[in-house]
Amino acid sequence: MTGKTLYDKLWDDHLVTENADGSALLYIDRHLLHEVTSPQAFEGLRLAGRQPWRLDTNLATPDHNVQTTDRSGGVDSIADPISRIQVKTLDENCDSFGITEFKMNDPRQGIVHVVGPEQGATLPGMTVVCGDSHTATHGAFAALAHGIGTSEVEHVLATQCLIAKKMKNMLIRVSGQLGAGVTAKDVVLHIIGVIGTAGGTGYAIEFGGDAIRSISMEGRMTICNMAIEAGARVGLVAVDDKTLDYVKGRPFAPKDEHWEQAVAAWKDLVSDEDAVFDQVVEIAAADIQPQVTWGTSPEMVAPVTAQVPDPAEIADPVKREGTERALRYMGLQPRQKITDIRLDRVFIGSCTNSRIEDLREAAAVVKGHKVASTLKQALVVPGSGLVKMQAEAEGLDKIFIEAGMEWREPGCSMCLAMNPDKLGAGEHCASTSNRNFEGRQGFGGRTHLVSPAMAAAAAIAGHFVDIREISRV
Amino acid sequence: MKKFTLHEGIVAPLDRANVDTDMIIPKQFLKSIKRSGFGPNLFDELRYLDEGQPDQDCSQRPLNPDFVLNKPRYQGCSVLLARKNFGCGSSREHAPWALEDFGIRAIIAPSYADIFFNNSFKNGLLPIILEEDLVDQLFREVEAQEGYQLKIDLEQQCVIKPDGTSLPFEIDAFRKHCLLNGLDDIGLTLEHADAIRAYEQRRRAEAPWMFS
Ligand code: SF4
Repeated sequence: MTGKTLYDKLWDDHLVTENADGSALLYIDRHLLHEVTSPQAFEGLRLAGRQPWRLDTNLATPDHNVQTTDRSGGVDSIADPISRIQVKTLDENCDSFGITEFKMNDPRQGIVHVVGPEQGATLPGMTVVCGDSHTATHGAFAALAHGIGTSEVEHVLATQCLIAKKMKNMLIRVSGQLGAGVTAKDVVLHIIGVIGTAGGTGYAIEFGGDAIRSISMEGRMTICNMAIEAGARVGLVAVDDKTLDYVKGRPFAPKDEHWEQAVAAWKDLVSDEDAVFDQVVEIAAADIQPQVTWGTSPEMVAPVTAQVPDPAEIADPVKREGTERALRYMGLQPRQKITDIRLDRVFIGSCTNSRIEDLREAAAVVKGHKVASTLKQALVVPGSGLVKMQAEAEGLDKIFIEAGMEWREPGCSMCLAMNPDKLGAGEHCASTSNRNFEGRQGFGGRTHLVSPAMAAAAAIAGHFVDIREISRV
Repeated sequence: MKKFTLHEGIVAPLDRANVDTDMIIPKQFLKSIKRSGFGPNLFDELRYLDEGQPDQDCSQRPLNPDFVLNKPRYQGCSVLLARKNFGCGSSREHAPWALEDFGIRAIIAPSYADIFFNNSFKNGLLPIILEEDLVDQLFREVEAQEGYQLKIDLEQQCVIKPDGTSLPFEIDAFRKHCLLNGLDDIGLTLEHADAIRAYEQRRRAEAPWMFS
């Protein structure tokens, strides 16, 4: 018998029943909830007179709609009445069903994908779901984690299971050493540039190779977070010492003899040597440069040293037209240098890049500098209340504020404009988030995805700059 | 869930690849705590010339005359013809809700994003996969003939063209069964309650830390 991949192991460990046609009932160990995709699920539960199957696996926090400015007034201080109702609805549902929730002013509140790992609520070997596509983030812990829709949120609440079909296995192996100034964000943007936004559709992607091993847990989360931008619902990284060190001692993590038992089991959460993947993609770490997206899809990405593509040079008509449309929307000229793109705003935050390490990287770049006078705004939004406290303890907030940046309360913020943080029409933003779709950060807004260090450098220059040149100064 | 058996309707061609869920239903409309009423905001940024707000009367807003769903010939359409990787992006079920509320019952495209594909079935919306060249051909036919309609026979798993040609498609047996009968997944899963409890018992012994 050939060996199993990490994904095969996680799948087999959670199989409740399997039908002849391959559809299966998969047991869910952790269900994370936020305010946007849960109200209709709770309503469905009520209408059918059902109760949650198992309360202790659910953990909720509001993140999309909360303002990132002063919130001492609590939920009632959310200015938009519709946003306020949505957050209140989550509070009411969690209270009435007895689900643990980190409410808006709880220091543990934050973006659900930052909160789960930070609390140790995401553990190796778990199945983790959430009504949010960036649930892929949690795969960094060798957990089988993916986004689900609202009907499935209701299904998981009611049955603790999900009807699922096994995906195919893909290995993306990043070999060699990453260059200076090249971060996890650049790795994943480069990968999406190579395989495309549909390259991973139908697959669970395991990220492996020595370059991935060398990346911190925070960085691995950044990479798995964007697996969905490559079309894959699931991104995975095998367990190693970094995983164990990160999890140990967190509030929801196992303790004492349970910890010893868990660690023994988790050591097996790697793909077997002889496991067979349906597809293997080889990436040389040395080829990866700091990346900037120029278009309206994450695959429209280029090294910072490059130019915006020229549609005239693209043979495929669908692709050519897509490029033309993207350039029109983004207000860019063919062959324009990436470093000539002027910025209006900078956003450092989102479930991709708002953990402490991201903020440290950005702070190291802005320290002692001032944000360009041409910039309208540079926002720094920590991923959770605990990240915020940690950053303040390290004095990072002061560095940002002295540079002329705004230091905010935790939430999704300008990643998607469901709260007051938005781009104006036509504005260019260097953003550490994960999606550059049309209108994503505000109606008519133009998003360029980059790493925290690249965003910080761009904030100082007012346009994109190659971070490797900054570090040399 | 609404049943899907046989459907015939006008086809609207949305000629772009990678249509994402932010495009299908922009984020400001996700603030609703309801499941219905998203139809007027389907493709909001493409469909109207101004920026849409939740709870607004859309009948007074300026329409984009170039957008396919605004063209007189496609009024009343219920089948959407699309390009590859339709529905990429977020997990928001508001995307199929908006399509369904607008009146779309089936989509035909060469490929879909996984979560969107899955969500569609839960809402009685049938996403059909056809080969890229067949989809290309359909785009040409729809554009050439005003009032072009397609018939979709789920039982027989085929799309029937006006000239009677039948294009077969694949569909997972379980999903087909649920759609044909309008079945609720949760009820079906709860029939396995004993198996779920047995799993929990076994798992509790193997991995007690998952239950503490
Ligand atoms: S930060 Fe952005 S991508 Fe992440 S959960 Fe929030 S809205 Fe979604």
